[in-house]
Amino acid sequence: MENSSYSLLSSEADSQRTLYPYVTGTSVIGIKYKDGILMVADMGGSYGSTLRYKSVERMKPVGKHSLIGASGEISDFQEILRYLDELTLNDSMWDDGNSLGPKEVHNYLTRVMYNRRNKFNPLWNSLVLGGVKNGQKYLGTVNMIGVHYEDNHVATGFGNHLARPILRDEWHENLSFEDGVKLLEKCMRVLLYRDRSAVNKLQIAKITDEGVTISQPYSLKTFWNFSAFQNPTVGAEGSW
Amino acid sequence: MFRNQYDTDVTTWSPAGRLFQVEYAMEAVKQGSAAIGLRSKTHVVLASVNKANSELSSHQKKIFKVDDHIGVAIAGLTADGRVLSRYMRSECINYSYSYESQLPVGRLVVQLADKAQVCTQRSWKRPYGVGLLVGGLDESGAHLYYNCPSGNYFEYQAFAIGSRSQAAKTYMERKFETFTEASRENLIKDALFALRETLQGEKLTSSICTVAVVGIGEAFHILDKETVQALINEFEIAGEEAPADETAPQDQDGDAQPAAADQGPADQGVAPMDM
Repeated sequence: MENSSYSLLSSEADSQRTLYPYVTGTSVIGIKYKDGILMVADMGGSYGSTLRYKSVERMKPVGKHSLIGASGEISDFQEILRYLDELTLNDSMWDDGNSLGPKEVHNYLTRVMYNRRNKFNPLWNSLVLGGVKNGQKYLGTVNMIGVHYEDNHVATGFGNHLARPILRDEWHENLSFEDGVKLLEKCMRVLLYRDRSAVNKLQIAKITDEGVTISQPYSLKTFWNFSAFQNPTVGAEGSW
Repeated sequence: MFRNQYDTDVTTWSPAGRLFQVEYAMEAVKQGSAAIGLRSKTHVVLASVNKANSELSSHQKKIFKVDDHIGVAIAGLTADGRVLSRYMRSECINYSYSYESQLPVGRLVVQLADKAQVCTQRSWKRPYGVGLLVGGLDESGAHLYYNCPSGNYFEYQAFAIGSRSQAAKTYMERKFETFTEASRENLIKDALFALRETLQGEKLTSSICTVAVVGIGEAFHILDKETVQALINEFEIAGEEAPADETAPQDQDGDAQPAAADQGPADQGVAPMDM
């Protein structure tokens, strides 16, 4: 399979590994709340600077107890979903009452991502993995270089810079569902204003001991009525 | 069993539909020194008789820690047992590495059973000559399994294998209904009593037996000689009386079978693989 890769940096070998992403998703944000995990992501698939695809589902359920959200290369996310499909299939084929929980899925993904990174052929994604099993909530993240950790709130990409400071101030234990959704929408609104690759069509997903629900796509209300935007050329009449 | 023309290799069926090589392998288990296991809702105890060949030599190791939550006691060809223990340890640690959580006991025994089955269907292999009592804890509670050279496995509330194991089974058959709710101490004492039954009057001391425990909040470990001797003294001083039964007998586990599934020495007509 890799006979021609006598050097991983030669041009022939380059056709065998990922060099840069093509169709990408932007931030995913996840938080723990009273009954489980809430996760949000928009439905955009950017092709470079073009906001090309607007109905990309970037969050999917995994097995009975977990939910995965991905940013980065969409085709690599689809590949990861196939890995997880195989994993959950084999898990349920045991038919023995045991099942993989979110912690196990997160660690499995970490191993996959890190191994690919070591082969200089990464899956170009940042993943958020959340779930509930036997009342225990779990929320973790792993990215293309294999960095992984768990926390009460996690985000990928721009979400780390714009959403997490808001969450550090306003997240608290035992948020109600309504408060959790409001908090996530607040973060997504900031991202919509400030992240070039954000699109105004998002889904919110929740996972509790009862299972996964992913909402229908909807849009956020935005406010542009700032005085600086009225008569924008007032100070520069006659110029370009 | 008599020597006959269908017992030369494992890939030959007898006209009665038996694989004699597999049955002979199970015979090897019966010749090994006794090993017993019992479980409650929260703990599993494994115990074995360890007789040294001579005063100058050390005892055979028959109980192995497989992981913090699983241990195994063997009877039969101990060399085969060591190899299988190594396989079990390897499987547990590989699972931990990929999933950062403990391999469920039920999955480990199925893997072990499938490994044993392979040896009953290859002309260049022989069946493993060792019976394994696998005791462990996972999300669904405490479990005790018995893995056969035939590739079968069963879950038990209590079981005994090896020579004179029938005596231990008889004792446990009387008491097994109390095991589920038994305390850790009473469970260990029951194990020692059952072990003593296999010695046919010989004195039970901590130098000829090994006892191991695993439980909720307690990693699998072998009890040291002093602790075991103290427990032996405790019930020997109290006389022949078995430890106090705390609760009324409760029958809960639909899955667990009473420790009666092995065959006595006189069973020649029944194919043991029907167990």
